[in-house]
Amino acid sequence: MIEFRKEFFANERDDDLNEIGKPTRRQDILGHVTGRSPFFDDHQFDGLLHLRCVRSPHHHARIRRVDASQAEKMPGVVRVLTGKDVPANLNTLLSLLDFGIDDEPILSDKKVAYRGEPVAAVIAATEAQARAAVKAVRVDWEVLPHVLDVEEAIKPGAPKVLDIYPNNKFVYHGKYDHQKLRFGDVEAAFASADHIVEGRYQMSPIEQAPIETCGAIAAPEQNGRYVCYTSTQALFFSLGTAAKVLQTPSSKLHFVGGTVGGGFGGKVDSIHEPLAILGAMLTGRPVKYAWDREEEMQVGAPRGAERWYIKDAVNRDGRITARKFIGYFDSGAYTRLSSYAIIKGVGHLPGPYTIPNVYADVYCVYTNRTPATAMRGFGITGVDFAIETHMDKVAETVGLNPIELRILNSYRDGDMKAHRREAKNCALVECCQVVAEKAGVTLSAEAKAATSMTGGGGERARIPNYTATDQNGRVEGFDTGSYARKGGGTSPVSASAPPNPQPARAPQPASPPPSAKTPEQAPPRSGPPPQPPGARPAASRSGAMRFSSLAGFRRR
Amino acid sequence: MATHRGRGFAAINYPIGMNLGGDPSQALVHSNPDGKFTVALSAIDLGQGMKSVTRQIAAETLGVPVEDVYVDTADSDTGPHDMGSFASRGTHRMGNAVIQASNEARSVMLEAAAEELEVDAADLVTDGKGNIHVKGAPSRSITTMAAAQAAQFKQGRTIAGRGIFLIPLSEVDPDTGEMTPVSCFAHAAMLVDVEVDDETGEVAVIDMQSAYEVGRALNPKLVEQQLRGGAWMGMSHAIWETTEPYYPSREHGPEDFNSYLMPGPGDLAPHHISVLERPAPDGPYGGKGPGEMCANPVLPAVVNAVYDAIGVRIDDLPVTPEKVLRGLRAQGGAKPRRML
Repeated sequence: MIEFRKEFFANERDDDLNEIGKPTRRQDILGHVTGRSPFFDDHQFDGLLHLRCVRSPHHHARIRRVDASQAEKMPGVVRVLTGKDVPANLNTLLSLLDFGIDDEPILSDKKVAYRGEPVAAVIAATEAQARAAVKAVRVDWEVLPHVLDVEEAIKPGAPKVLDIYPNNKFVYHGKYDHQKLRFGDVEAAFASADHIVEGRYQMSPIEQAPIETCGAIAAPEQNGRYVCYTSTQALFFSLGTAAKVLQTPSSKLHFVGGTVGGGFGGKVDSIHEPLAILGAMLTGRPVKYAWDREEEMQVGAPRGAERWYIKDAVNRDGRITARKFIGYFDSGAYTRLSSYAIIKGVGHLPGPYTIPNVYADVYCVYTNRTPATAMRGFGITGVDFAIETHMDKVAETVGLNPIELRILNSYRDGDMKAHRREAKNCALVECCQVVAEKAGVTLSAEAKAATSMTGGGGERARIPNYTATDQNGRVEGFDTGSYARKGGGTSPVSASAPPNPQPARAPQPASPPPSAKTPEQAPPRSGPPPQPPGARPAASRSGAMRFSSLAGFRRR
Repeated sequence: MATHRGRGFAAINYPIGMNLGGDPSQALVHSNPDGKFTVALSAIDLGQGMKSVTRQIAAETLGVPVEDVYVDTADSDTGPHDMGSFASRGTHRMGNAVIQASNEARSVMLEAAAEELEVDAADLVTDGKGNIHVKGAPSRSITTMAAAQAAQFKQGRTIAGRGIFLIPLSEVDPDTGEMTPVSCFAHAAMLVDVEVDDETGEVAVIDMQSAYEVGRALNPKLVEQQLRGGAWMGMSHAIWETTEPYYPSREHGPEDFNSYLMPGPGDLAPHHISVLERPAPDGPYGGKGPGEMCANPVLPAVVNAVYDAIGVRIDDLPVTPEKVLRGLRAQGGAKPRRML
């Protein structure tokens, strides 16, 4: 059922190593198979409190008032948290990479933009008491119109999901409302093509579906520190996020992960750690915050939906001469990691093929649904589904065997890729050949003789003499300081937004309870649209630069 | 009413590591009093085998048996900074950090051994079985345990090493998308056989044949577990799973595993895997990361196979029985293609 085809690339490998390449049994397997590996939820504490969130029943609504007075009197209830209890109640995950503007409240206090968005958190002695009290928190909603489809969301007049970006689209490099890829001139190639092949593809939202739902347990430790046992996939990412949200030096936080009951990308968002620690800070007791299965599936961020339009110019012999993409990532109500995944996806286009003219406009679109996040193959799985389904249509159009078509167009060592770097270490041709051979699919002599090491470079290594560029989607008034801005050494701070009045990680007294103020550096959640020059969104971000190697270089 | 068989193909590549770089990982390695080694990481083992693969890398680099290495993970007080386990970055980034840390520790260990053997450290080699000896003279040897103990209790040396791996951040051109996305790519090709029931609309994947190029397979069993599980996940994405079955509508969203559909053991297709290994020039011992890309070729291969079987193109995932039946009705029944 599995074979290692050592004859391929044998001259590039030394197979005579002591430990590498051996099927060594895993260090932790006995614990796993005997049920003794500890998960975050196996850490027992006396007096453990349970935190559960009050969630929006609406896709989009303004919060007029949150009344927790009944809930606070219920049995077992220790405290009810709202947005004003969170020291920095606005975050974007990628601020750890100096990428994007803070957009998502930890506990929303002005409006909600998706069904399930948390507006308050009840901390009680038992989970049942917390659940009962959640039902007793009264929220006075003003329901707003909502939008759920990506192409509806970017039409003029669509409900505004997020105030800080114009027309429900993330802003790239402070310049465009989408990420561009331009290589050669696709329109010229379409004009002279033998065939045009077009398609529309819809990738569905998918749950990471770990057996262990996401969660964390936090407790006061000695010396004013807090320990947090967590199911995170990314320990310092979660620690950095918690330090920022809680406005606490990261050295006060001790994060312990460990055995994770399945991640698949769904345990990067660092939702639970900040609230569990905040609960421990405010109650002085251990606090657990974990999703139940329903929350995991409908509130927890899924792999986001993607919609792709592909148009190819194809020669009679099956060579693809141009490929154009229009892509929409459904980011849901907030950015999380979708903006970044799009750059990853754009760098991946046009798939593993050498195509002389490539064009892409890819949009990160906000809709009134659960925010999307990472999942296995993030930024790539959806577009690979689109590309490879499209390749089948191309094969049918030119009457070529689908495997033959891939080998014909495959990238080889030395080819120029659309993101303007040379391809190396390629192996697509060989994978296609092996599968054809195993499945009994007859290939032409030419396809059988092809290799990834030959046939590339030369003319194929050339950057096109002419590349058609444009200013479509230009956005004014943004100065986001995204590191992905070409040539931008430092991130300029716009004149209208004063820099941080104080360092985000200013030293604090030994064990301060978090102050209940809204941080001054938080951009306004509502207000004038950011388009007019001068009315720029806040360029300053509330800290958490510590773990950004990149920001570390460029912001000091 | 009949079942129709079809075959579908897809081929993909996959970028390894965080896309634009700028994602550091650090590792610390030190020797214990009995001459064994602890690798301290803050990295997370999600079940993918992070502990095991870094353990093998450390043992290979230190030149000691794998049994002499223990990997401690996931504690921010003891493990140095690491970005996390995502983006197929664990093996590639952390593996390189562990090599650097292990090399530093190894050089101290060899210096300690050299002092005991009264030779030049540059003349010493390890046999990977717990011995250090003079190159070409196996009898002039000392165990790694004796060398480590001499270092700590006689010579006053710490056998330890520090490692970090960081690919500098790439900028992206807003106008052309020019960038240096990643340092290496994994590859895959996949052919699936499906059976489509034109009465119920159900699609069954009955066989999968694949070739995956993963760089050097650092641990072939761990590679196999990723490829096998990941391909089944891809199959599940193609025909079963979604949190919003009528996307963009949010209605009928599943709330548990009774309504969130996934294949059971009886639905899993046999998978015949071939692994190709073209070492990544910058990967640890040439390793890439098979964890994410293994699912990707299955989705389009299944959709293409359904078209091959019944002539209905379903470009909107997942391929539910409802979509199959609506497609069949629209074209007046199955029209098999048999392209492969």
